[in-house]
Amino acid sequence: MNQSRRDVLRMSSAVGLGLAGSLFGSLNAFGAEWSSKSFEAKSLQDAFKELGVDQYTQSADVSIVSAEIAENGAVVPVSVSSEIPKTEYMAILVEKNPSPLSAAFNIPEGTDASVTTRVKMGETSNVYAVVKAEGKWFVASKEIKVTLGGCGG
Amino acid sequence: MADPMRIRAALSGDKVEVKILIRHDMETGLRKDTEGKVIPAHFIKTLTAKYEDRVVLDTVMGIAVSKDPFLSFKFKGAEKGGKITVTWVDNIGDTRTDVAVIS
Repeated sequence: MNQSRRDVLRMSSAVGLGLAGSLFGSLNAFGAEWSSKSFEAKSLQDAFKELGVDQYTQSADVSIVSAEIAENGAVVPVSVSSEIPKTEYMAILVEKNPSPLSAAFNIPEGTDASVTTRVKMGETSNVYAVVKAEGKWFVASKEIKVTLGGCGG
Repeated sequence: MADPMRIRAALSGDKVEVKILIRHDMETGLRKDTEGKVIPAHFIKTLTAKYEDRVVLDTVMGIAVSKDPFLSFKFKGAEKGGKITVTWVDNIGDTRTDVAVIS
């Protein structure tokens, strides 16, 4: 019994080491722990990695609602929503911001997978909505044009 | 001390729509003042909304959330007169909790 327990532990630690980077990001996000790694990631790819997004599907069931053109990049209203059942997590990322991850939401059961907020955009960029449901990742993106940047440059 | 939030929570059908408006500078730490000195980062990191004791939204934010953050969302299973409690914590440890009654 002890032996098998050790095996399990050994296996899980080996797997754990391999996945540590990506897993920590997502675990932190799930407890609404602020993860500096995911917020300080400088590229979309790194931010995805830190959030634990390894494989994802482009999904028409994830939507981003915003104006096509934002006159003021400092205040860009964005709504993200997901029609995917059991959506438990959603994040908003702005690809060309110095740090793409803007905000992330844990969606408990009973709460609609639809959140509206306002983000800053330094320049015209693709905005990504990343959704987690039953352990799988889904992504949608939309270009929002910015006529006046919002990062105080 | 931080300014109070404005929270509205209204029941419509079987869902409560919550709207939260927060007074906060959300300084990125990337801007400079007129003398060329960096304005230190000051931004909200986490926000939790509860209906009575149940968490209905759990949020982490970065510097790219706009000044005076706004959030809106809907949830099920609440009654008129119930309490919504919203708490945020920022990067220098300031925090604020406000309560609204569902109308």
